[in-house]
Amino acid sequence: MNQNLFASFNIPAILGIPLVILIIMLPATFITPTNNLINNRFSSLQQWLIQLMLKQMMITHSTKGRTWSLMLMALITFIALNNLLGLTPYAFTPTTQLSMNLGMAIPLWAATVLMGLRFKTKLALAHFLPQGTPVPLIPMLIIIETISLFIQPVALAVRLTANITAGHLLMHLLGDTTLTLMSIYLSSSTITIIIIILLITLELGVALIQAYVFTLLVSLYLHDNS
Amino acid sequence: MASVVFFSHSSLSVPLKDKKLLEVKLGELPSWILMRDFSPSGIVGAFRRGYYRYYNKYINVKKGSIAGITMVLACYVVFNYTFSYKELKHERRRKYH
Repeated sequence: MNQNLFASFNIPAILGIPLVILIIMLPATFITPTNNLINNRFSSLQQWLIQLMLKQMMITHSTKGRTWSLMLMALITFIALNNLLGLTPYAFTPTTQLSMNLGMAIPLWAATVLMGLRFKTKLALAHFLPQGTPVPLIPMLIIIETISLFIQPVALAVRLTANITAGHLLMHLLGDTTLTLMSIYLSSSTITIIIIILLITLELGVALIQAYVFTLLVSLYLHDNS
Repeated sequence: MASVVFFSHSSLSVPLKDKKLLEVKLGELPSWILMRDFSPSGIVGAFRRGYYRYYNKYINVKKGSIAGITMVLACYVVFNYTFSYKELKHERRRKYH
């Protein structure tokens, strides 16, 4: 039972060749090129979605912050597609691996911090002390703010990992429960309904991407602009 | 698989290298396979041709339907099933495992 439950999170490899590379490259094939002014339906849909996300996210930034648009749009598309593809049966979701999420979170967060420290040193350091704090509290507060700064990348990565993993695990568990309860016909139908509802809410795992990029965005905003 | 074949005369025969797969006779198949370009750029070219063949047939049309992407997802499901069959075969409904 223990082995079966977590076996779906094993990194797929065949004869030592990591298949996970192909699985991570797969979402890129879903983004189709837009060569004309009026494209096919699929490309137009993607174009519309990306413009929607772009306007939603980058409108609060200054010109300098908007140079990050490509990076952030690629990030949100990548994470969204990976999570959605992981919802298909028997699929492997690369975002359940903490290593990948840390690899996404730490460089991006470090870039925002370093950019803020380099271009607006005084302002960036001033973030550590909120306005109007009583003087005796200042040393403790600076320590707390530093800790909360350094916990940001870890929080970003662990949030994504934990949410997606928990969702997948829950679906596995409920599916197993349904199968074993089918011989005891009483509550199997309600269990299946709960599974379906959970799957729909899990598709709000896409909302998690929103959360990911948005929190990243917030930190970028705070550090780079004023 | 998708190389262009030129026909100027019906009596002129096409060289084996340029034939498409369905036109190759069964006896010529091993030599045809050996003549294919297996360099890295050749393999990448083969994937690119395959991708654009599917793309131009099902997605890059004026009124593309949901079938275009559903087929891709179905293939993805089958692909993942085959590669995790080893763990999955223990999960069948059996009286004695």
